[in-house]
Amino acid sequence: MTAILEIEDLRKTYERGFEALKGVTLAARAGEILALLGPNGAGKTTLISTVCGLTVPTGGRARVAGHDILRDYRSARALIGLVPQEIALEPFQKVWDAVRFSRGLFGLPRDDAHLESVLRQLSLWDKRGAQTRELSGGMKRRVMIAKALAHEPRVLFLDEPTAGVDVELRRGMWETVERLKADGVTIILTTHYLEEAEALADRVGVINRGELLLVEETGALMDRMGRKELVIELHEPVAAIPAALAGYDLDLAQDGAALVYCYDRRAERTGITRLLADLQAAGLALRDLSTRQSSLEDIFVGLVQEDAA
Amino acid sequence: MNAGAIWAIYRYEMGRFFRTLAQSFISPVISTSLYFVVFGAAIGSRIDEVEGVSYGAFIVPGLIMLTVMTQAISNASFAIYFPKFIGTIYEVLSAPVSFLEVVVGYVGAAATKSLFIGVVIMVTASFFVELRIAHPVPMVLFLLLTCVSFALMGFIIGIWAKNFEQLQLVPLLIVTPLVFLGGSFYSISMLPAAWQTVALFNPVVYLISGFRWSFYGLADVPVAVSLAAIAGFLALCLAAVWWIFRTGWRIRS
Repeated sequence: MTAILEIEDLRKTYERGFEALKGVTLAARAGEILALLGPNGAGKTTLISTVCGLTVPTGGRARVAGHDILRDYRSARALIGLVPQEIALEPFQKVWDAVRFSRGLFGLPRDDAHLESVLRQLSLWDKRGAQTRELSGGMKRRVMIAKALAHEPRVLFLDEPTAGVDVELRRGMWETVERLKADGVTIILTTHYLEEAEALADRVGVINRGELLLVEETGALMDRMGRKELVIELHEPVAAIPAALAGYDLDLAQDGAALVYCYDRRAERTGITRLLADLQAAGLALRDLSTRQSSLEDIFVGLVQEDAA
Repeated sequence: MNAGAIWAIYRYEMGRFFRTLAQSFISPVISTSLYFVVFGAAIGSRIDEVEGVSYGAFIVPGLIMLTVMTQAISNASFAIYFPKFIGTIYEVLSAPVSFLEVVVGYVGAAATKSLFIGVVIMVTASFFVELRIAHPVPMVLFLLLTCVSFALMGFIIGIWAKNFEQLQLVPLLIVTPLVFLGGSFYSISMLPAAWQTVALFNPVVYLISGFRWSFYGLADVPVAVSLAAIAGFLALCLAAVWWIFRTGWRIRS
């Protein structure tokens, strides 16, 4: 797969000396969904703003389909659609005029059929004659997306698309993002909902304090970092872990009614068979067994804490 | 060049103007009529002709200039400040548009609006007094240059302003006094000698004098000086806009 967005050692230091980006290098492949995860203030929005032209980088460079964002800004920006985090719409403008303006701003000829399909896709067609101030929060956010799609971008930046959005709307947003991907649009989204990255993203990048800690395939990341837990529910609660089982990485849970065994599921020997045999030998009767894989959230918290240490 | 973007901005700005066309149209008509009632009929009837022109007719060029300048400034400053304030400026910044195209779009629209209002005032005035336009071509030139340069000044104020107070500050504290003391309602020659000298430091004097000359052939200062003054002011505003463009001052962090 070819990279549609190449970011090399991108730096941004604000006038007061705050280093928002400390040399980020990242490439997005054409047609993928790349999720950027990071705590508040990590530099996600600065990264997007810099690539899109809202802020000027203090170092490094970025290219969109080979076009430098500074030297060849017209060609670069023509390919980019931006949906910022904050909803910003002219309150008295009608939805139709808003998307038409966006398209015009990119210097493209009027194309009512395209705008209609964008509005229909986002379930906004019925609202085309409404002023944006009359719309609900979820609709306003969709208008922002419609505006970003008005000029048929090949790369779409979604900055926190589901921040402060209820569960139903979030699912709807996910469907929209997946449809866009099916249309061949490369999507770079930031989020602090790990569930979102896990559900949507082909790859996940983790940013903290202006640095990109890693970028990996979502599945591979889960595999690599994923630890599994075996929860063993006991018939009779125990007060402490029996001495015979001291050699295992066990924790007591549910007030002694369960034992939790952590293991690496890619290890040659997980130790489960031996553990179960030893449990029997120790005279513990089992009620139930279940396994649980650690989520992206656990991985993320681990990474950010490591970075802080 | 992205002509489509200029047109989109221009069209959007004019759309706002036409949405409120009644207000855009009625308010200058009413205020001009009031000026004529007060200065033309009430006070003007007690004032002799000024250098052969009735007082009511004498104030028309100054009145047009007064309104055109304040309208150009307020329209352009608001046009660029409002997107900054509500955040929609992001779209202009991330579009394949040069700063120059943004300026042409916004300033062009603001200049068009103030020109429109200037013409409305001229037409309204013609109902009250007998208007004579001695030099039509310079008249149009003065009017256009004033619309454009003051719209540029408004644009700069809109970029500079960090809040609504600042947006009002320059027009209120600097422009309005300069315009009122710029000879809209009197000839500089009516002032005491010392004040005449002071008045020559007021740039607006040159604009109103030149504009009035294009109507009645009367000028406080030579016409060439007036033209040079407005051209100089335009150049100054263009230089400021160019500097903003180079540095991204208060637009791109």
